[in-house]
Amino acid sequence: MRTEDLIKALDADARNKAMPLGLAWWLAVGVAVAVAAMIFFMTIGPRPDIMPAMHTMRFMSKFVFTLALTASAFALIRALSMPGAASRRAKLWMLAAPALVGIAVILELFVVPEADWGRRLVGSNMMICMSFIPLIGIGPLAIFLGMLRYGAPTRPVLAGAVAGLLAGGLAATFYAAHCFDDSPLFVATWYTIAIAFLTALGALGGRFFVRW
Amino acid sequence: MTGKDEAELSRLLRAAIAGDERAYADFLHRIAALVRGFVRRKIVQGGVDPEDVVQETLLAIHVKRHTWREDAPVLPWVYAIARFKLIDAFRRRGRRIEVELDEIAETFAEPEAETVSERDINRALDGLPPSQRSVVSSISVDGHSIGETAVKLGISETAVRVSLHRGLAAIAKRFGRQ
Repeated sequence: MRTEDLIKALDADARNKAMPLGLAWWLAVGVAVAVAAMIFFMTIGPRPDIMPAMHTMRFMSKFVFTLALTASAFALIRALSMPGAASRRAKLWMLAAPALVGIAVILELFVVPEADWGRRLVGSNMMICMSFIPLIGIGPLAIFLGMLRYGAPTRPVLAGAVAGLLAGGLAATFYAAHCFDDSPLFVATWYTIAIAFLTALGALGGRFFVRW
Repeated sequence: MTGKDEAELSRLLRAAIAGDERAYADFLHRIAALVRGFVRRKIVQGGVDPEDVVQETLLAIHVKRHTWREDAPVLPWVYAIARFKLIDAFRRRGRRIEVELDEIAETFAEPEAETVSERDINRALDGLPPSQRSVVSSISVDGHSIGETAVKLGISETAVRVSLHRGLAAIAKRFGRQ
C-alpha cells in the first residue's frame, strides 16, 4: 500500500471522532475517586473521632501532603500522555509533596521529645496502612493505566510510574481519614512505602500494558 | 520549517477535527512529506525502511489525534509521535539508537517524496478479518469512496465506516508486530 493510498483511508475515517484527551482525564479521575471511595467506605471507613480530629494540625497536614501529591501527579500525567507537551514545570511541582513532608518531619522532630520518636514512627497502624493504601489505589491505578493507553505517552514506563503516584495520592487521601497515626514521622515512612509499591506496579503496567 | 507552516498546519488539523475532510487530506499530505524528511535523515544505515515509519506515524497520528490540544502547537506533537515510532521501529529490529530529545527545532525537515517497495503495512492489512480488509483496500488501494465501497460490497455505508475504523485501528495496533 502506498502512503498516498493510506492517506485516502485515513481521510475517509476522519469523521470518526474520539473524546479529547484532556476531558477524558477529568472523567477518569471522577470515576477513580468514586471507585476509591466505594472501597474505602465498604472496608475501613473514616475514624469515629474524625470531627474533633479535624481541629488538629497533624490530622489535617496529612491531607495537605496527599492532595499535593495527587494534584501534581495529575498535572504531570496529563502532560506525559500528550506527545510533545511540555512537562518540565509539572515535574518540578512533583517536588512539592515530598518537600512538605520533609518540612513537617523536621518540625515534628523539634516539637516531640526524642524518646517519643520511635513510638510515633511505628504508630499502631502500619500493617493496615501498607495494605489498605494499595488496596484502595489498585482500582484507580487500573483506570489510569487504561487512560494512558487511550492517550499516547512517549515514555510509557515513566507515565506508568506517575499513574502509580496519582493512584497512591488518591488512595492515601482516603486512608488518611481512617488512620489514627497522624505524626509526620509515620506518614513519611509508611505512606511512602505503600505509595512506592503502587508506583512500581504502575511502572510495570506502563512497560507491558501501555502500547500504542 | 517556519512559524507560518505551524500556523497553517494547526489550522488544517483544527478544521479536520471540526469535520472538514479536504483539510484533513491536505494536512496528512503535508505531514507525510515532513515526517519522511525527518525519518530519512535519522536513518543513516539500512535495516529500517523510512516509508514504513512514515506510514506507522501517520496511522498513529490518525488514531491518536484526540491527544492533540487544539490550542497547542501541532509540529512538536507530530515530531514527538514520529520520534517515538522511529525508536520503536529500531527497537523491533534489535537496534539501539539515540534520537536526541532536544533536536526538534533543527529537525523540521524538508518535505520529501515517497519511494515504492514492499511494505510492513501490507502484512498488517493481510492480517485483518476479510470484511475489514476488503473495505480498507477498496478505499485505499482502489481509491473508492465510502459510498462506492458500500455499493460494491453490498453493505450499508455505516457498516463500511465501522469496518474502516476498526480496520485502521487494528492495523495501527499490529503494525510491525507480526
